[in-house]
Amino acid sequence: MAGITYKQRQLRRRYIERSLGTITAAGIAFWLIINFIKSPSQFFEVSFTGLSNGILYALIALGYTLVYGIIELINFAHGDLFMLGTLFAAQVVTVWFKQTHSTPEGWALLVVALFAGMAFCGSINMGIERFAYRRLRRAPKLAPLITAVGMSFILQFVGLQWNGSGQKEWPSVLPQGALKIGTVHLPYTTIISFLVTIPILIALSYVVTRTKQGKAMRATAQDQDASRLMGINVNRTISFTFALGGALAGAAGLLFEQTSGLTEYNLGYQLGLIAFTSAVMGGIGNLQGAVLGAIIIGMTQALNDGLPIGLGQQWSNTVVFSILILLMVFKPTGLLGKPLTEKV
Amino acid sequence: MSFISNLTSKRSGNSNSAKQTKKQSQKGFKPVSQKKWAFGFLVAAALVYIFFQYIVPHTPQGFQSVIQNWLPPSSVNEALVWVIAALGLNIVVGYAGLLDLGFVAFWAIGGYCAGWFMSDFFYQVKVHFLSESQNAIPGIHLSFWAVLLIGALVCAFFGLIIGAPTLRLKSDYLAIVTLGFGEIIPQVFTNGQDIDGFNISNGTKGIAPVDSIGIFGKRLGPFDLDYKYLIYVFIAVVMVYISLRLRGGRLGRAWLAIREDELAASMMGVPLMRSKLSAYAVGAFSGGLAGVAYATHVDGIFASRFNFSISIILLAMVVLGGMGNVWGVILGALIIAWVNSTGLSALGNTINSNLHTNIDFPSYTYLLFGGVLILMMLFRREGLLPEARLKRIMHETDKAEDNEQPHEFISEEEDL
Repeated sequence: MAGITYKQRQLRRRYIERSLGTITAAGIAFWLIINFIKSPSQFFEVSFTGLSNGILYALIALGYTLVYGIIELINFAHGDLFMLGTLFAAQVVTVWFKQTHSTPEGWALLVVALFAGMAFCGSINMGIERFAYRRLRRAPKLAPLITAVGMSFILQFVGLQWNGSGQKEWPSVLPQGALKIGTVHLPYTTIISFLVTIPILIALSYVVTRTKQGKAMRATAQDQDASRLMGINVNRTISFTFALGGALAGAAGLLFEQTSGLTEYNLGYQLGLIAFTSAVMGGIGNLQGAVLGAIIIGMTQALNDGLPIGLGQQWSNTVVFSILILLMVFKPTGLLGKPLTEKV
Repeated sequence: MSFISNLTSKRSGNSNSAKQTKKQSQKGFKPVSQKKWAFGFLVAAALVYIFFQYIVPHTPQGFQSVIQNWLPPSSVNEALVWVIAALGLNIVVGYAGLLDLGFVAFWAIGGYCAGWFMSDFFYQVKVHFLSESQNAIPGIHLSFWAVLLIGALVCAFFGLIIGAPTLRLKSDYLAIVTLGFGEIIPQVFTNGQDIDGFNISNGTKGIAPVDSIGIFGKRLGPFDLDYKYLIYVFIAVVMVYISLRLRGGRLGRAWLAIREDELAASMMGVPLMRSKLSAYAVGAFSGGLAGVAYATHVDGIFASRFNFSISIILLAMVVLGGMGNVWGVILGALIIAWVNSTGLSALGNTINSNLHTNIDFPSYTYLLFGGVLILMMLFRREGLLPEARLKRIMHETDKAEDNEQPHEFISEEEDL
């Protein structure tokens, strides 16, 4: 090995990575084609479910990516914030306003509940940042990370007291049934979740790229001290970022509660991990990457769970986390992320 | 410690101010007398043994029932199992500063090693080795001590496998990858009753019963808690010894250097990958010990018990007690394990029966552990029994923020 230079080793490494990646991709393509030939209509239905799940994950993943992008913290509590969002939606729609069927009043209420849920989760997230993370901003890196894990437990406790220890089922005010295209059934609920999510994503992209506040966010993410010198109120910008991420989690919570009709206190842990995986997959800190990663993860999961030839639902998490680990090992920067040199 | 004293003694020949630094550094880094603590630990363990063995049986009935409610011998044993695992996590998190959120994976692997090699799970074969069970029973029956070693070594091996590709990552990415492993491995065991036709774990049914521990040619019955206590104390003492010896040695100093500043450590010639991997392997080794011990403690292996909360409880133990300080970690583990297994429900029962309320106290564990983690991080980052060196590091940045002028600068001016 002594004769091999650093550059040669790098090249060999890259070659091994490339070939492994190609083999994996070919294997996946082969698996998909076999499944497609076996039952095309099921394939389309499952992919559509995967797409709509993916876009739901994207809402949560954006919260992780926004926060990580600005203060380099994995906000473990974010998934549980989403869980509180589902509970809040159920509380507003079913318990307080007693809407159980798909009526125009129900739809109007849904819009109100959407904004209320966004405000609810946004303010909780802001409160968490104000109470816990802000004091630890200059502490060693382990400290805020452990705090976030603790915060996640506290939110789970709130969920446990609110929802009880079991799963709860709720009626949906979304129209039931499915749109039929040939032999393919597309449920209305998933179509509606698309219609709600896409404007939210567009609005987010507008806020981040076109507004003054968004510019402040991007500047703070690049260099906190420099942006403070430029007259940006860093604390307020970080608060705003947390509020934005929380609002997205609130919207995701409402959509999840209405489409699946389920709430559970430890839902946030599972979905949060999946969403975080998506954020990492797309390159953490990168907004488009988070959406892309979430759609890929959602599709993978749905295809694995729903296709006739697949590992099945009980291996769902193993598949997702294996993807995460492989990605971390071979491409830690993610699909769209840029390699970062460590700040000293 | 000799490393630091060598450095300072070389410097002290030069000038007065160097003497000053020597004095200061000795004040700051003075090694805590480990002998006193070790002696205290052994005395405490002996006292607990004497208390349960000789004093409790002679006390009045009322006192015995109080003990049964508040501190049953089995809860002491369980707490010791947690101590063993927490000592392992302390090496990973406390010494090397690598956040591991999937420690439950090692616990599970160790537990299943006990399930495989100490029960009639593999009923197709008949293997007996130094075990006190009858030779006619089918399955693999090895001696507890052999299984302890096997479980620990298998875990250490898995630690290397998991660590080798992932330890290159930055700290928070590493946390996530370990979390992923902590999810995958229990899921493999949960779904393990049919992996391509092979049964590796009996799935959700679990493997029970596990052979009881054999010692001096005698097999312990389910009520021989006193012998189990002594055995668990022995394993814990071995782990403490390993931790302390490693910390004082070359490897331990490398870990501390990595914990404090990875970049600086690598510039000083500390082999990052090798040190991190060994931290991971030693931590996993101890996780395996705890897994085997736990299997004998609960007399079986059940896949549903291996969940994320175990990893977090272990982390809370290490953080509460004081990252990097063995004695602190032991204290934290004993407190939290006791609260988790008996304290909270006993307190709940007492309060509910006296005040006629109906509060479900065990459901407050989430609040408790979350609260412990957050409050410790906000107000006492170094833990209950802090390690002197870690305390300084944890509060270095606070000082710089609180005071406009740094302390050091002022004191130097006064000296002049």
